[in-house]
Amino acid sequence: MTTTFDPVQAPPAQSNGKTVITLPSVTVRFAGDSGDGMQLAGTQFTDTSALVGNDISTLPDFPAEIRAPAGTPAGVSGFQVHFSSTDIFTPGDAVDALVAMNPAALKANVKSVKDGGIVIVNEDAFGEKDLKKAGYAVNPVEDGSLKCYRVIKVPINKMTTEAAKDSGLGAKDIDRCKNMFALGLVYWLYGRPMDSTLGFIERKFGKKLPAVAQANALALKAGYHFGETAELFHEQYLVPKAKLAPGKYRKITGNEAIALGMITASKLADKQLVYCSYPITPASDILHELSAHKNFNVVTFQAEDEIAAVGAAIGASFGGALGSTGTSGPGLALKAEAIGLAVMTELPLVVIDVQRGGPSTGLPTKTEQADLFQAMYGRNGECPIPIIAPASPSDCFNAAVEAFTIATKYMTPVILLSDGYLGNGAEPWLIPDVSKLPRITITHPKESNDASGFMPYKRDESHVRPWAIPGTVGLEHRIGGLEKQDGTGNVSYDPANHEHMVRTRQAKVNGIKPAGTDILWTGPKKGQILLVGWGSTFGAIKAATLELQKEGIAVAACHLRYLNPLPARLGEILKAFDHVLVPEMNLGQLRMLLRSKYLVDAKGLNKVRGQPFTITEVVHGAKAVLSGEVEIAVKQDSTSLDVSTGGE
Amino acid sequence: MSVAPLPSNLPVLKPGDYATNQDVRWCPGCGDYSILMQTKKVFAKLGIDRSKTVFISGIGCSSRFPYYMNTYGIHSIHGRAPTFATGLKLARPELNIWMVTGDGDALSIGGNHFMHIIRRNVDVKILLFNNKIYGLTKGQYSPTSEQGKKTKSTPMGAPDYPVRPVSIAIAAEASFAARAIDMDVKHLEYVLERAAKHVGTAFVEIYQNCNIFNDGAFEYATDKATKSDTTLYLEHGKPLVFGKENDKGIRLHAMNPEVVSLREVNQDDLLIHDEKTPEPSLAFLLSRMRYPDFPEPLGVFRDVEHERYVNLVRKQNEEAIAQKGPGDLQKLLTGNETWTVE
Ligand code: SF4
Repeated sequence: MTTTFDPVQAPPAQSNGKTVITLPSVTVRFAGDSGDGMQLAGTQFTDTSALVGNDISTLPDFPAEIRAPAGTPAGVSGFQVHFSSTDIFTPGDAVDALVAMNPAALKANVKSVKDGGIVIVNEDAFGEKDLKKAGYAVNPVEDGSLKCYRVIKVPINKMTTEAAKDSGLGAKDIDRCKNMFALGLVYWLYGRPMDSTLGFIERKFGKKLPAVAQANALALKAGYHFGETAELFHEQYLVPKAKLAPGKYRKITGNEAIALGMITASKLADKQLVYCSYPITPASDILHELSAHKNFNVVTFQAEDEIAAVGAAIGASFGGALGSTGTSGPGLALKAEAIGLAVMTELPLVVIDVQRGGPSTGLPTKTEQADLFQAMYGRNGECPIPIIAPASPSDCFNAAVEAFTIATKYMTPVILLSDGYLGNGAEPWLIPDVSKLPRITITHPKESNDASGFMPYKRDESHVRPWAIPGTVGLEHRIGGLEKQDGTGNVSYDPANHEHMVRTRQAKVNGIKPAGTDILWTGPKKGQILLVGWGSTFGAIKAATLELQKEGIAVAACHLRYLNPLPARLGEILKAFDHVLVPEMNLGQLRMLLRSKYLVDAKGLNKVRGQPFTITEVVHGAKAVLSGEVEIAVKQDSTSLDVSTGGE
Repeated sequence: MSVAPLPSNLPVLKPGDYATNQDVRWCPGCGDYSILMQTKKVFAKLGIDRSKTVFISGIGCSSRFPYYMNTYGIHSIHGRAPTFATGLKLARPELNIWMVTGDGDALSIGGNHFMHIIRRNVDVKILLFNNKIYGLTKGQYSPTSEQGKKTKSTPMGAPDYPVRPVSIAIAAEASFAARAIDMDVKHLEYVLERAAKHVGTAFVEIYQNCNIFNDGAFEYATDKATKSDTTLYLEHGKPLVFGKENDKGIRLHAMNPEVVSLREVNQDDLLIHDEKTPEPSLAFLLSRMRYPDFPEPLGVFRDVEHERYVNLVRKQNEEAIAQKGPGDLQKLLTGNETWTVE
């Protein structure tokens, strides 16, 4: 079903005399126990905000343990959504309104709320036991410790029970509707329509579980009407439509975008996609999404482990399909040997790494960018692989198409470096017109390329070997992990041939031309300071650059979408600025690459807290560099970070 | 019964047609030569199309095999051959895929994949050359080496209990499991032909002599003087009889097999081999029989039909297309909820 909304912006109720205030942008965070349905509430709020025409950016934040003890800070699940009437690039620095379903959620999140911001607490969940579980000795709602916020106590449990009492559901099931009550209340607070969520409830439960549908709908409406009639709020806030580029939009997460990008690549190449993966957070959603689209003749394979997944993808590529595997950092480590085989056999392969906090199991549900070195160098031998890093959730679509374009054009594995923040985060996406997307041309030889017989390693001018596939009469050949004689592909231990092959494989990757934008640029071409970023830091760096420009600083942002090979003109670009600062969610991996390759004194702004940068953090970092500071630890309420030189 | 004559213009294939221009580099006297020869013979006999055949191997002496077959081939990485074979089969169900592996490659580093390619019934023919030793790395003990085996890495004897490849294959739901010996070329050819004709994953363990690092490991089963007492040739529907004079048999006593003399026991009391029975217990029981307590069975332990994995996978795609129609990319990208900015 396609519902195209005409955005409803006029608040439905002016009658009760509440003031309506218009704001350019707002950040809301829903927080509760992992069983409280906060992700759903947040997603619904996001969908509605997108449909009414706001720009949006989201940050889901959930615990690693599926069953962390209820009511404890370890089990808190949050969903932050930033919605705006202007272009935005991040899920928002500080929160305007927090919904805290219990004391643990309050404790874990209240520091992110702006002074004077709204804190809605579910007072029914603030009993002595609940407070103790969260580690509060006294009730923070009563002891004045929250006096810099506008705390609004709402008996969410009671009101939900009352609202849904006629639905026929038991008390436990009704209790599970309290997220809808909270959502309804926030809908009212920001003058958003309920239709989209009501439609969602009907689609999800309507037929199968009508009582559940009814209870959820009643709770949602009750929350909305509670805002309207209760004397708790004196104001209602509106955020007008954003002025995005004209066209048709939808909301999309990074993981969805990768899956859709892969299907698109397979259509553009007229090739079967074979996606092989082993479940791993935060990449599993790609497997789920693709598995839901088997009518595109996508083959999905849930392998017995990470190695089997990459092996199967390579096997599929040998057969002439688009083989791909997706994982996160620990899985990429396991796949390393097989990826080396794909480099040696020069077969196309797309490896997706949705990075998470490491090392080892690390922080499975939190974001990080610390796999850049692993992608660059994490294999035995000289084993170069092109690397593409999408800059935003919707950019994951382009990156996936580009990855297949390069993999098949150059007969090489490609690593696509996404991360947890991109994978789970959402933003509006200007839906592309399929008929305007460029085709991916692939040819398989039908006849021998040499009078002496087929030469599987006879290369073209870009050092690319032919992709001959089984079933082709006369082109039977054997490939493998042992060093090959160039041309014939026969096993060769000849030292000169080995050196030639190592250098040829490197030259092939060095000569790769990007299949899309390699640099996203903001600002002037020269100046005081250049911020260089890659991957999901794009939004925070761009927004910080715009802020710094407003203060009169000659600053630009250079965001790299291609990390291997680096854009040819990058050396010149770096030299045009007095300072270079590289904000990264690692300890300085891109910075080290830039320093070693271009001998530039790049400084690092490094954060490894499992959370994306805020705009303020980047602004402060840039200013610290400009004021000549070398080692500064900037402490903030919710985050701390370090500016350090590249020397360590 | 009349059989249509073969069209006379079909090229008659010879084993040599499957040879590559590469020098075969196994040690002189290695059992691998015989396996290569019998494979080529079977291929020629069945007229198998080289261009539609792919040999995939891992690492080890046996894994050099693909270089010597003039088909498509991948000499992959240690233990992972089943993964490449599975992916290739998913992409190209029509291809005839053979996997060559060894006791270390399949049962040690690749143990996990070995189990899964069998249980999924991927429709790959698997030849496991069991020489009970690591040959390529020069003589360490393997997962099939007997307990107490003295090698360079186990100067005081291997403390490990060995595994039995056919037992593992059957436990992993193999639809076809068989065993042969490199030296008995006629029987090896028969078993390979049976494997080639099986629809689904076929697992064949081949006792293979490594004359450099583990010479004589299967002498008991190949020596003319002893082999009729130490081996038992399985035949579907026939009682389990062995011995130089066919005077011994296997009888079931409670849940266990026992060796009996046909001079004392009636042949009707012997176990009858049934490779087609859906229940794998008999095949498993046979796979447990070990020299010197029992003769070791050779031949086909189990040959049943299971739907092939790739068919099940493809059927789901067909069903999805039948239900939702062939994918419309623009619709997919557009999704369910959109808004328009003027
Ligand atoms: S080491 Fe043993 S198994 Fe390997 S080729 Fe030589 S004889 Fe054959």
